[in-house]
Amino acid sequence: MSNGPASHSHTLLSVSRREFLAGLSAGSLVLMARSVSGQSVQVVRPDQTEAETFDPDLFVSVSPDSTVTILAHRSEMGTGIRTALPRIVADELEADWDRVVIRQAIADKRLGSQNTDGSNSVRHFFTRMRIAGATTRTMLEQAAAQQWGVPPEECHGKNHAVVHTDSGLRLGYGDLVAVARTLDVPDAKSLTMKSPDEWKYIGKDAPITDMDKILTGKAIYGIDAKLDNQLYAVIARPPVVGGKVKQFDAADAMSIAGVSEIVEVPGFSGAPAFQPLGGIAVCATSTWAAIQGRDALKIEWEDGPNGTYDSTEYSSKLAASANRPGEVVRNAGDVSGPLSGDAVFSADYTAPHLAHAPMEPPAAVADVQTDASGRIRSCVVTAATQTPQSVQRTVAGALGLKPEEVIVNVTLLGAGFGRKSKPDYCVEAALLSKNLGRPVHVLWTREDDIQHDYYHAVSHIHSEAALNDKGKVVAWLQRVAYPPIMSTFDVRARRPPPTAVENGAKDVPFDIPNILIESCDAEARTRIGWYRSVQHVHQNFANSSFADELAHQSGRDPLEFLLDLLGDDRHIDLKAANLRNRGASHTDYPYDVGRLKSVTRRCAEQAKWDRRRSMPKGRGLGIACCRSFVGYTCHVVEVEVGKDGKIQIPDVWLALDVGVVVSPDRVRAQAEGGAIFAATHALHGKITFTNGRADQSNFDDYPAVRMDDGPQKIHVELVDSDAAPSGVGETTVPSFAPALCNAIFSATGQRIRNLPILDHDLSWT
Amino acid sequence: MRILRVNGQTHSVENVSEETPLLWVLRDHLGLTGTKYGCGISECGACTVHVDGEPVQACVTELGYVGVSEVTTIEGLSEDGTHPVQNAWREHNVPQCGYCQAGQIMMAVSLLRSKPNPTDEDINADMWNICRCGTYPRIRAAIHAAAKEMEQ
Repeated sequence: MSNGPASHSHTLLSVSRREFLAGLSAGSLVLMARSVSGQSVQVVRPDQTEAETFDPDLFVSVSPDSTVTILAHRSEMGTGIRTALPRIVADELEADWDRVVIRQAIADKRLGSQNTDGSNSVRHFFTRMRIAGATTRTMLEQAAAQQWGVPPEECHGKNHAVVHTDSGLRLGYGDLVAVARTLDVPDAKSLTMKSPDEWKYIGKDAPITDMDKILTGKAIYGIDAKLDNQLYAVIARPPVVGGKVKQFDAADAMSIAGVSEIVEVPGFSGAPAFQPLGGIAVCATSTWAAIQGRDALKIEWEDGPNGTYDSTEYSSKLAASANRPGEVVRNAGDVSGPLSGDAVFSADYTAPHLAHAPMEPPAAVADVQTDASGRIRSCVVTAATQTPQSVQRTVAGALGLKPEEVIVNVTLLGAGFGRKSKPDYCVEAALLSKNLGRPVHVLWTREDDIQHDYYHAVSHIHSEAALNDKGKVVAWLQRVAYPPIMSTFDVRARRPPPTAVENGAKDVPFDIPNILIESCDAEARTRIGWYRSVQHVHQNFANSSFADELAHQSGRDPLEFLLDLLGDDRHIDLKAANLRNRGASHTDYPYDVGRLKSVTRRCAEQAKWDRRRSMPKGRGLGIACCRSFVGYTCHVVEVEVGKDGKIQIPDVWLALDVGVVVSPDRVRAQAEGGAIFAATHALHGKITFTNGRADQSNFDDYPAVRMDDGPQKIHVELVDSDAAPSGVGETTVPSFAPALCNAIFSATGQRIRNLPILDHDLSWT
Repeated sequence: MRILRVNGQTHSVENVSEETPLLWVLRDHLGLTGTKYGCGISECGACTVHVDGEPVQACVTELGYVGVSEVTTIEGLSEDGTHPVQNAWREHNVPQCGYCQAGQIMMAVSLLRSKPNPTDEDINADMWNICRCGTYPRIRAAIHAAAKEMEQ
C-alpha cells in the first residue's frame, strides 16, 4: 500500500481523474440539450470540478459529500440497463442507492464494448460491474483501517459507511475520500465479493432512474437534443438503395419560409455499411420548415441496379434457392436414407422483410468544429444511439478525424430494436454540420424510417423430416435462405458464414440422429440489418411450426411430442457441432436441454395445457420453445378465431430462465414487451418492394399491434436460477410467433407457413 | 407575432404560419419537447396533447385550429408530476423506453375524464396509441389504478 499521491499506473482499472471526468462528461448533456443560451458544447471540463473525488475505477467516483457517481456506459432504450448495471456496482460497493448519481458515458473504448446489442449488457458486464463496486468498497475499507489503525479485515463497507466491527467506529464514504485517494488500486483477483445472499440490489426491484423525467416530459431523447444555432434537417434519400440524384430543382424548397440551406449528401459506393444513403438535405430553422421544404423539392433519381427489386419475383427466387442443396453447415449422421423413405414430411416457411420502427425514429445532432485555418478539429455528436463507439469511428472516418477527436454523447433512446446500432444518421448530421459550419440536427421522419431501414431479412426455410414407425423423428433437414446481414458490409456476401447460421438453425436442440442443415444463396437487394432476436424471428417460426406439424402428423399431443423431440436432459456438445454459442463460455453457458424442457413444462402447466382437448373450434392453444441469446423461453398462446376470421389473443404465458436476474420487474417488462413486439411482426409485419422501393411508409400501412389487437394478458413465469446471467431483451421474442401460429392451427386447422398471419383469411365454418 | 396559451402561460411565437402543426410549435419554438413525434399522420398518438381539455394529435393539429384555446402538454399536466395518472404509471413501472408515454398519459387522462371507471373494453377502444416496447398490459393496469385513486 502506498501513501503517495493517487497513483494511476498500477492496474488496468486505474485511471486519472481527468480521464474519469471525460468519461462522466455526458452529464453535461441535459444542460446542453436545454440549450442554455451562449453555452457552447464543452464536454470535457475537468477545470470546473470543485471536489477532490476518489476515482478508483473508470465506472465509479466518490465525492467528499458522499455522492457516489456511477457511469452507465450502455444505451438505455427501454430495457432498464441504465439502472441495472449501476445497481450491480452500488450493491457490491454497499452504496446507499439514494446517494447514487448515474451519469451516461460518452463513447470511450476503455469502458469495453458499448454496443448495446445482442442482449449482452448484463451477461458481459455483470462481473465487471461487481469489480468496480468491490474495488471501491475495498479501498474505502482500507482507508478506514488506516485511519483507525486497525486491520482492514475488521472494517466493512455497509450502507455508505465503513464500520469497525468490534469498536463500532464508523466513517461515511465521503469522509474516507481523502485517504482512499492515496491508496493503490487492488488487483481485481484480490477482491472479496459479496455472496449472493448478501445482495441488496441485485434481484430486487427499483424504479428506473429516468422514471420521473419520463413521466413529466423532461427526459431527453435524440430528437430532443438541441444546440444553439442549430439547423433542423430532413433528407430526401434515394428511394432505391444505391440510387443517386440525377438532377434536382430546389427553387420551390428555398422559397419556403424558414428553409436556409439545401445540401446534396453524397451517396455511397460499394457496400452500404454505415454510410449515408445520399440525397438532398433541407436544412431549416424548424423541423416543420425542413419537412415542407423537402416536400417542395423536385428530384430526378437514378435508381441503379436495385431499381428492379421486386418482392414477388424475389420470393420465387428465394424459394428455388431453398429447395436446392446449399452449403452444409451441420451434418450429423446421414439424412439421405430416412428422407427417401415413406414417412417423410416437408414444409416451407417464409417470412418477409421487417422494419424496426422504434417509436423515436433515428435522430442525431452534430457540431463540427474547425480551427482558424478552417481545418476540421473535432466533432461532437449527440444521438439516440445503441453504439456510441461505432458512431465515433464512423463519423471520424467520414470527417478525416481520429476517433478520439469525435465526442459522442448518448441520449435516451426512444427504443432501438437494432436500428440504432447503425450510425448512418449520425454521419449524415456530421457531414451537414461540416458543410454548413454550424450544428445540424437530422431527424428521420416515420416515412424515412420505414422506407430506408436496415431491414430484417426476407427468408425462406425448407424443412424435411422422417418419422420412424414409432412416430419418432429420425431425420431433420433444413435448407435456409435469406440475404445475410454481411451483405450490408460486403456486396459479395450471398449467405451467412457457417458460424453465423446458429440462432436456431445449426444449433437446433432436437434429439435426432440424422441432421443436415444447409445455408442457401440469397442476394441482398436492400440494406439488411439485425433486428431484435435476429435470425430467430424466422428460424424459430420454422422450427417450432414444423415440430407442431410433425406432432399432428403423428397424431400426438404437441407438448408431449416437443418434449420427446428435445430428448433427454443433457448438454449439447457445442464443440462437436462447431457452435459459437454467441461467444459465451461453454462452461458457464452450456446448451442445457434440461432447462429448455423445464421452462416448456412450467409454461404448459401455467397455461393449463390440458384445456386444449376440450376447447371448441375457434379456440386453441399453441406452444413453442427456444434457446436464444443463451437464455431459455417457452410461450403458450391462447387464441380465439371468429368464424369471420377475426383473431384475438386473450392470454399469453411465458416461462423464462435467464439465469441470475438483476432487475426482476424489468425482465418481466421485457417479457411482456417481447410478446407484443413479436405479435406485431407475426400478425402484421411485412415490408415489400416494387421497383426497388419499399411499398410501406408509416404506421397506416406498416401497422403495429395496439392495445386492442395484441395479447390482452401476459403471464410471465420467471425461473429462479443461480446460473450465469443470459440475455433477456431478445430472448423473449422468438417463441411467440410460432406458438401463436400453432394456436391458430389448433383453433381452426389452418396452418400458417407464410408470415404475416393477417395476410391469410382465417375464417372458418 | 402570435399568442398561444400553453400550460397556463401565454407565449408569443414569431414567423410561424397558421398551418404549422402544433407539435412543431411546441417542440421547436417553445422548447416543450415532452410531446413527441412518432408518425406525423395521427396514427401513433405519441404527440397527444389537450386543447381545451380535449385530446388532439398535435402532429395534425394546425396552429390556426388551436387559436387562443388552452393547450395542455405533459409538462403542464401537474405541477410536480403527481397527477393520479402519473402516480399510477410510476406505481406500475409502466415506461420502458418512455418515448410514447407522454402521449399515453395524456390520452389516459382524457379517457378517465369521459369514463371515470373504464372497463377493459373502454380502454381498448380509447387507448389506440402505439407503444413498440409493448407496455400495454401495464398501461391497462395503471389506468384501472388511477381510476380508483381518482374516485376517492
